[in-house]
Amino acid sequence: MGIAMTARVTVEEVERVAELAHLELKPEETPAMLRDLNAILDYVAQLNELDTKGVTPLAQVSELQEGSAAGELRADRPLPSLDRAAVMQQAPETDGVFFKVPKVIER
Amino acid sequence: MGTDTKTTDTFVEMPKTLAELREGIATGRTKATELAAGYYERIEKKNPRLNAYLCLTKERALEQAARVDALAAKGDPLPPLAGIPVGIKDVLVMKGAPATAGSKILQGYRPPYDATAVAKLEAAGAVLLGKLNCDEFAMGSSTENSAYGPVRNPVDTERVPGGSSGGSAAAVAANLAVATLGSDTGGSIRQPASFCGVVGVLPTYGRVSRYGLIAFASSLDRVGPFASNVRDAATLLGVIAGHDAQDATSSPAPVPDYAAECDKPAAGLRIGVPAEYFAEGLDPEVRAAIEKGIAALKAAGCAVKPVALPHTRYAIPVYYLIATAEASANLARFDGVRYGPRSKDSATLAGMYRHSREEGFGAEVKRRILLGTYALSAGYYDAYYLKAQQVRRLLAEEYLRAFAEVDAIVTPTAPTAAFKLGEKTGDPLAMYLADIYTVTASLAGICGVTVPCGTTKAGLPVGMQVLARHLNEAKAFRVARAVESARIE
Repeated sequence: MGIAMTARVTVEEVERVAELAHLELKPEETPAMLRDLNAILDYVAQLNELDTKGVTPLAQVSELQEGSAAGELRADRPLPSLDRAAVMQQAPETDGVFFKVPKVIER
Repeated sequence: MGTDTKTTDTFVEMPKTLAELREGIATGRTKATELAAGYYERIEKKNPRLNAYLCLTKERALEQAARVDALAAKGDPLPPLAGIPVGIKDVLVMKGAPATAGSKILQGYRPPYDATAVAKLEAAGAVLLGKLNCDEFAMGSSTENSAYGPVRNPVDTERVPGGSSGGSAAAVAANLAVATLGSDTGGSIRQPASFCGVVGVLPTYGRVSRYGLIAFASSLDRVGPFASNVRDAATLLGVIAGHDAQDATSSPAPVPDYAAECDKPAAGLRIGVPAEYFAEGLDPEVRAAIEKGIAALKAAGCAVKPVALPHTRYAIPVYYLIATAEASANLARFDGVRYGPRSKDSATLAGMYRHSREEGFGAEVKRRILLGTYALSAGYYDAYYLKAQQVRRLLAEEYLRAFAEVDAIVTPTAPTAAFKLGEKTGDPLAMYLADIYTVTASLAGICGVTVPCGTTKAGLPVGMQVLARHLNEAKAFRVARAVESARIE
């Protein structure tokens, strides 16, 4: 039940979704993005033609393979990870131990 | 040739086979170091036009080549890919070498580890020449979405090589590598292989470890090889396949000797042909070439029969909901915090995320992240993402029913031959629709091979896609080998 697919995303909805995705659309980008999204959502709405009542979603294709290890968990044992120095070499800003970022809370 | 206006500059050159090169290296007639040097010379000549390579890993390559020459000089047994020059798609990591995934958001990033598939190639003696250009984060069907410029098709440099593994396909077609690795999420190995006239393999999901593959859609991504012929592609798959503890979706199934399997005759195999893949939208010249391929399979002793895959037309909407949803999650990590360029002068953390991503991602990537986020967002998850996963099961079950009656299913790999650069970039949906023959296999997790099967009148390559059940790559190789042997014109 619930909402079936409908097209017609509004500018506000695109902006809300962009916020969720930590993306910032420039004003000049928004009309084209809106048009493209609506065209695609229009197109995918054809899935509404199909009756999928009682069909289990297929998220992991491994379950279709014989002898698959899907769902098997490994032992919970800590193992060495990457070398910290090698990782920190790639950091835009670091004190050698932590990644430095702008303040989280505005005062 | 044809009367079509095709540029006269052709960069096409097929590499020698693995068998021939191996013989030369083992006997010492060919030095691996000289072979590698020759490849770098050719790259220097052709890459400015083709733009297949983004960076070269000369030091690592020549060190490996020297090691191989030392082994050969001692008369020691050589590993299966000793001295063979191989290129790596830039979504697979090589320790210390730049990895961009075709994006500006990873400019300057040098991964501190090797992808499992890369490590396996090197352990088998391969000489890793460099990183190959691709659509940004593997999102695209033409390599025109690369932030580092498109790749040109060696067959006709005004045309696309296909995507997203355009660099990987073009490199083999122009002999800038003997073989390459690419990745396939919705067709990104098969379609460029078809457009460039080379062999491409879609391994079963889980057959090859995804450790070290920069993720696009985790339930769809596969790593796979390109080569100039079926046997070499099979050999490469044998090297990179196998269980990996670092990839929780990795299959524990044993790895057959694929090269030996593909030498077995195809006679007696049952081949399914789905009418849904031969309907409107299929270029008549592509259809004609594929029909020649099917005739060749009959002549080789295969039983050919129709199979029904009635839900095929729903595959594209399903794919573009699932792939974009998974991508929106996978690309959340690119935020300027730990690696890659960070936007300057952001006053807050949230601002830094937004600006770094805005500056780093291209339009197609942003479009897909937005679509995927929308499909997963509260209030829409059931209608879009869950619905798509339900239809995904219907598509997969349809294939399994067909494979109960046939050993392999053959189709065109793409509805057309290579299109011109710029032809489809104005309409994202039109670009998506070109994936129609490849996405269903992606969603079902099954395996396949694309093999050259003739050309259009203008001389553009056509590819036949041979699909098989999960973990049945051997059957797909046998059928592909039979098509290859028929030398369709």
